Amino acid sequence: MALSRKVGLFAAAKYKGGGPMLAWVLHRISGLGIIIFVALHVIASFLTQQFGSDLGIFVNIIYESIYFQLFIVFCAIFHGVNGFRIIILDIWPRLIRYQKESTWVVWFVILPLYGLTALIMIQRFLEG
Amino acid sequence: MRSRTMPKPNWNLDYLMWIFTRLSGLSLILLVVIGISAGLLMGARSQMDLGTLMQWGFFPNSNHVLDSEIPDLYLWANGFWQIIQILVVFLAATHGFNGLRVVVEDYTSPGFWQVSLRFLILLLWIFSFLVGIYVILGS
Repeated sequence: MALSRKVGLFAAAKYKGGGPMLAWVLHRISGLGIIIFVALHVIASFLTQQFGSDLGIFVNIIYESIYFQLFIVFCAIFHGVNGFRIIILDIWPRLIRYQKESTWVVWFVILPLYGLTALIMIQRFLEG
Repeated sequence: MRSRTMPKPNWNLDYLMWIFTRLSGLSLILLVVIGISAGLLMGARSQMDLGTLMQWGFFPNSNHVLDSEIPDLYLWANGFWQIIQILVVFLAATHGFNGLRVVVEDYTSPGFWQVSLRFLILLLWIFSFLVGIYVILGS
């Protein structure tokens, strides 16, 4: 089912999908982010443990940085909460009518969950 | 309102994986909740920082709590957690690589490259599963 979807980035940005589309885009990005993180982590730990390799330690330094950690925690929390919303909408299809409102609920849940976590992480990072 | 007949489900790979994605997603959320709750009960409240507890929540491997002040690992490294870890690896790897397959199929058209990429993802899935089991049974 190859649809022709040669849509430029600019045209795509003008598409008025709103909250649900943003959730869809972020769901994909966060899913890919988690895959990249887990793959890096597994390979790096494997190399370090088995061969004491410098490459493993180098990759370790990248994903142990506060920026990567903040990104990954966001990916995991968003993917989990938004995935839960998708499951609920799939089980009760009538709720699809409130699709837009459901993405607001997602952000209401994520704001305190991620905000507090990020705050503690940044605090600990600044303390050293 | 006229009742409509349910379309007969077509049990192909895409439908099966659609169901699996939902079930594994729910299970993974549940497993994270179990990991964090059990961690708090096992002493994380006073002997661990938030980051370490979250690492444990993502993947309950005893290597993840080595940097904490837990005096003894016997509660954190045993067969129960190894079974949970194997579950997490199986569910997460299958969920993740199937998601990658869906994304790849969205941006490629059927043909040589799509088949090759699907095969590559299958290999990555098997590889990560084997490495995961090796790490779990070795730690």
